[in-house]
Amino acid sequence: MNKEFVKFDKVDKSYDGKILVVKDLQLDIEEGEFVTMLGPSGSGKTTCLMMLAGFETPTHGEIYLDGRAISSIPPHKRGIGMVFQNYALFPHMTVYENLAFPLRVRKIPKDEADKKIDKALSMVSLQGFAERMPGQLSGGQQQRVAVARSLVFDPQLVLMDEPLGALDKNLRESMQYEIKHIHESIGVTVVYVTHDQSEALTMSNRIAVFNDGKVQQLSSPDELYEKPVNSFVAEFIGENNTFAGEVSDISGGKCKVKIANTEILANPISVKGKGDKTKISLRPERALINPSDKMDNIHSGKVEEVIYHGDHTRVRMNVLGNNQFILKVPNSSANMDIKLDKDIKIGWNSEDARALDPK
Amino acid sequence: MSSETQKILTTDGIPLEVSLKRSERKNKIKAFLLVAPLLLFLIITYIFPIGSMLTRSIDDKMVTEMLPKTYKAMEKWDGKELPSEEVFEAFYFDFKNLVEEKREGKLSTQLNYTKNGFKSIIKKLRRKSKSFEEGNYKEQIMAVHKRWANVEYWRAIQRRAPAYTGQKYLKGLDMYKNESGEIVSVDEDRRIHRVLWLRTLEIAFFVTLFCFLMAYPIAHLLATLPMKYSNLLMICVLLPFWTSLLVRTASWMILLQQQGMVNDFFVWIGLVGDDSRPEMMFNKTGSYVAMTQILLPFMVLPLYSVMKTISPSLMRAGKSLGGTPLVAFWKVYFPLTIPGIGAGCLLVFILAIGYYITPALVGGASGTLISNQIAFHMKSTLDWSFASAMGLMLLTGVLAIYWVYNKIVGVDNIKLG
Repeated sequence: MNKEFVKFDKVDKSYDGKILVVKDLQLDIEEGEFVTMLGPSGSGKTTCLMMLAGFETPTHGEIYLDGRAISSIPPHKRGIGMVFQNYALFPHMTVYENLAFPLRVRKIPKDEADKKIDKALSMVSLQGFAERMPGQLSGGQQQRVAVARSLVFDPQLVLMDEPLGALDKNLRESMQYEIKHIHESIGVTVVYVTHDQSEALTMSNRIAVFNDGKVQQLSSPDELYEKPVNSFVAEFIGENNTFAGEVSDISGGKCKVKIANTEILANPISVKGKGDKTKISLRPERALINPSDKMDNIHSGKVEEVIYHGDHTRVRMNVLGNNQFILKVPNSSANMDIKLDKDIKIGWNSEDARALDPK
Repeated sequence: MSSETQKILTTDGIPLEVSLKRSERKNKIKAFLLVAPLLLFLIITYIFPIGSMLTRSIDDKMVTEMLPKTYKAMEKWDGKELPSEEVFEAFYFDFKNLVEEKREGKLSTQLNYTKNGFKSIIKKLRRKSKSFEEGNYKEQIMAVHKRWANVEYWRAIQRRAPAYTGQKYLKGLDMYKNESGEIVSVDEDRRIHRVLWLRTLEIAFFVTLFCFLMAYPIAHLLATLPMKYSNLLMICVLLPFWTSLLVRTASWMILLQQQGMVNDFFVWIGLVGDDSRPEMMFNKTGSYVAMTQILLPFMVLPLYSVMKTISPSLMRAGKSLGGTPLVAFWKVYFPLTIPGIGAGCLLVFILAIGYYITPALVGGASGTLISNQIAFHMKSTLDWSFASAMGLMLLTGVLAIYWVYNKIVGVDNIKLG
């Protein structure tokens, strides 16, 4: 497998000559991988995709596809499949004609093309829809056609630009699995852009978190969630409890951080020494009520709000001066005594409290 | 079927249908009252005058009313030999009446339309008829002029008997009904209308084509440029709209004349010699140039409104799927603009086919259209019935084009914005 199937090499992009929307981007994508570019709007992720597709040119740097520099190759010669945000199905053509378009321009004989179209349609379970017009299909069906069209000419690389953005929640979730399964079964390389983190976590092999024109972190979904490398990623992915403070001691893989009047133990990720300002990030599910004595952080807090969520209860507490501290408590009979304004004890391991940059 | 299905009743036993109508009636009356003034205005100022103008084109009551006795007497005449004394007598009394009312001039004009030569013999008849004696009018009338003894002239009078006629329409096509009632074309050297019809169609067609060729890129630019530039361009497109038609046409006269700026420029860049400046005005060229410029916005706007709705991602999709920019344009973009092309072409063609002021000013003799001929008959010859006949023919032509367009492209596909 080619480790550098797609390679962004020191790519800069500016639209107006004043602001860089993509800054010094360095990104390698492996062949057959499903990589998601995740980030808030305006973070440069779509721009990167457009540069890869050939609709935008890098202001500086070079993009390589399978070892070839592609900046000077026009989009229609790159052979990259693409699924657009609003599907971009040709409204005046039937589903069959939409799928036949990339095959016709490649001068593929009709019987061979028909086989490919059949295969692509069955891949997205839309056999029998070939003669429909896109306007006669539901949003989910149009989405499937768009996916089928981007795959029908067997591209090595498929780009997807927020393809599920216009679908409702249930359909979006089932489409996520469907796209993931298609990717797994045909082994095509996929670069996927979204601002929906759950979508990214569900589908990807690796996720590149974009902010401010830069990749903040590129790693697998679990690593991204469990081990964010900076405050932005920690806050962007999943829920997060934070404490801002100052490092008072650092030794043996642990650090003491002074918050208000007390000190807590944390895992030093981006702090170097004493006196560094830091922000501690702790996932809500890592803080437990009724902590065991083995935990090295045990504090008490006042319950400010209890929200019932069916399988679990969210408890908002005031802990060490942070009144937005969230706790996820599984609904079991042992945990029924959490009441408003009650003081309860909570604890967590210092390993899970990551001392990141203060931002 | 309806007798079998049970009628749905409301709670107080009134059929649902009746109840619905009753509850809607008030709103319907209100809605009608709102549009009533405009409807009335339209009927009085638009539908009624046009209708009455159009009936003129087939109205031929004038002669029928002027010679009532004659036509009654002529009913028995077979038209082969000269009519009998009875007819001559009836004609004499009709004519006497007309002379008393001083309307014999109108009769001579009308009959002269049908056959040349009536004017002088009617004048002569008026003079001589004062001294006619009672009885044997046939002899006396025939003695006035030898044409009165010619059966052709009596047939000409007979042809005017029906109160309605289609002869104005035939005239519009350079045809007429000859003495034996056949429809034939006029002599080659006297045909003027057919040339005009063909020229009108030709100019309208080419103006539409030129407008399309020029408007398509402009509309595309308008639809794809960033807002701040496209607004400026839109103003440039609309500016001619806000300028008087007369001013624009006059400007073209200044630009296109032989000593005008365009010719000066051609001489300056050495395209033509100073002594061989081309004539670009008072001919077809003038009509083409001025009409294309004036009608351009009517093509740009429908195209623009359609192009605006085409998502740029469609072209991108076409390219990313492997189509060259040309293929993506031709297979994806162009078919989607057809509703706009249809609307623009139909609009420009219909406007061009009835264009009047511009060809009248810059068209000269070889660049005038059928509308100029209609205006000529309205204003100069006062042959309103002929003018309205040609007007109706033009209208029919436009409707026919609309019908053909509907058959081919479908009117539902027209998009004006």
